[in-house]
Amino acid sequence: MTDVLPKTHAATGAADGDPAAAGQPLLRIEGVAKTFGTFRAVDGVSLDIKAGEFFALLGPSGCGKTTLLRMLAGFEAPDEGRILLGGKDIASTMPHERPINMMFQNYALFPHLSVRDNIAFGLKRAGMARADIATRVAEMVALVKLDGLEKRKPDQLSGGQRQRVALARALARRPQLLLLDEPLAALDKKLRESTQAELMELQRRLGMTFIIVTHDQEEAMTMASRIGVMKSGKLAQVASPRELYEGPRSRWIAEFVGDVNVFDGEFKLRDGHRLVIATREAGTLVTAEPREPVGETRLSVAIRPEKVKLSRRAPVSEAGRETAINSLDGVIADICYLGGTTTYRVKLDTGGTVQASVVNSARLDVDAYSVNQNVVAWFTPDDCVVLQS
Amino acid sequence: MRKLSRLSRFNIAALTLGLAFLYLPILILVIYSFNASRLVTVWGGWSLRWYHEFFNDRAMIEAAWMSLRVAVSSATIATLLGTLAAVALSRGERFRGRTLFSGMLYAPLVMPEVITGLSLLLLFVALNAERGFWTVTIAHTTLTMCFVAVVVQSRLGSLDRSLEEAAMDLGCDPVRAFLSVTLPLIAPAIVAGWMLAFTLSLDDLVIASFTTGPGSATLPIRIYSEVRLGVKPEINAICTLVIALIAGVIVIASLASKLSSSQGESAAPL
Repeated sequence: MTDVLPKTHAATGAADGDPAAAGQPLLRIEGVAKTFGTFRAVDGVSLDIKAGEFFALLGPSGCGKTTLLRMLAGFEAPDEGRILLGGKDIASTMPHERPINMMFQNYALFPHLSVRDNIAFGLKRAGMARADIATRVAEMVALVKLDGLEKRKPDQLSGGQRQRVALARALARRPQLLLLDEPLAALDKKLRESTQAELMELQRRLGMTFIIVTHDQEEAMTMASRIGVMKSGKLAQVASPRELYEGPRSRWIAEFVGDVNVFDGEFKLRDGHRLVIATREAGTLVTAEPREPVGETRLSVAIRPEKVKLSRRAPVSEAGRETAINSLDGVIADICYLGGTTTYRVKLDTGGTVQASVVNSARLDVDAYSVNQNVVAWFTPDDCVVLQS
Repeated sequence: MRKLSRLSRFNIAALTLGLAFLYLPILILVIYSFNASRLVTVWGGWSLRWYHEFFNDRAMIEAAWMSLRVAVSSATIATLLGTLAAVALSRGERFRGRTLFSGMLYAPLVMPEVITGLSLLLLFVALNAERGFWTVTIAHTTLTMCFVAVVVQSRLGSLDRSLEEAAMDLGCDPVRAFLSVTLPLIAPAIVAGWMLAFTLSLDDLVIASFTTGPGSATLPIRIYSEVRLGVKPEINAICTLVIALIAGVIVIASLASKLSSSQGESAAPL
């Protein structure tokens, strides 16, 4: 099946293993804004996307991510700013004149056309020769594994098959940029996971540039090479999944992407590369110095649950450095067993609570804690993220 | 269980009475159209005599032909205008006074026909238009256009807008997107609208009698004036033919609208 590899315009550079061959980004969004009535749906977004990237726009509903995507597709015109594709401003180009295709959230398959005609629709409009259309459609059908279903109508397909038809239809024109609006939202969990893997594989093989819009942070983390988190029409942070998870730039992002323990506190002193922060709920915590300098007043300390370790006794600190490890005494308040991991909520003696996610590495629960057991929750300064409150 | 069966017996009785009330007169009319007797109320055996009579009655045939021409042309114009109005109302930009416009479009639905007929008559007189085929056609178009608009608009309303966007995304300009995606999907509703307009025009008496002129009577007008002089069995034959025509059209229209709501099952609408 690997021989059906349509080459894209965008892929000509990317296929040679040099995504940034042109030196400039494939897509440049410059200060784009869109207002509906008095509601500022997109509020000054600037973003560069390189050819061959798998970019995710992540955010809660109403954050403006779909509006931004619709502006890229041409269904909405930006009120301010420019959208440059390959260096050319396309902000006022009509949708049908853009080398961009979109996969719609509800797939928007034409109910009166068969699978084959749905896929061929865009090719006919492009004025392709009949024989070429037939070849391309066959290629796309093989690519998304829809063999044997070409004559079916959309309402004779399952949800997963419809999703594939929509994908094939959007890919058939070999766009420079493929936009995917919540492409997996309508699928069940198992199918969603396998489709995620297939989408990533497809994107890698075609070397095409994908922009996906999703509200599901796991989906964004799994598939995208870079994620732009949107909040209230603005880009809050653009980073790789790992950077985003381990180094969120604000408390809101930390809480939106994954679970997190956050303790508010005040800056006390700086000790080399360590900060000492006095928190109200978890006592005094030692943290690594953040990469970006923070104001030395009100700060928050964020720790991911899986970085909090539990033990019956306090861990032994490195010799001579009492503050090397943050250890907090507490009692197990409740236990949430999730199969692969167990999440313990620990009520701290200092008043707050901390969540610890522990991998169930043994089948038998010799290591498990029980409710009301006294434990020590501990984590290293490097596992803490210092955020401006 | 007992209560249920008693209720259903009551329902059956109600249904029988209701249907009898609706269809017994029509049934009697149809049966008497095959009457051989000269007197309408006296049964004289089966015969096709009155159908033969009708086909030799020039005036009656002319009226029927007039009615058919008016129905076909007014239904066609009304379908065109009604579809355009429906598209403008549900697809166009939100323009000022849109609610008022859609309200005004539907007003003829509830307007007494006498008023519509009279106002059109006054208009034609004021314009000094010669009354005949075209005035009746125009009058019927104004009457039936809103019915077409209602049918088409409800179909458009249930149609996913992203279908048109998908078409544009795949290389269609807005007009092309409408023609290649929206139009095929609303075609059954348009056909149903045309048939509704056709039947409404065919059996309209009130508006037609206001707006027609001498020498261009429609079938209902002609029948009505004949009946006033006394019922001839020939009238029964004509009515039976009209009933057959309208029943056929209604069956096709309901099939079309059924197809429209469950579109996608077969390739071509209708």
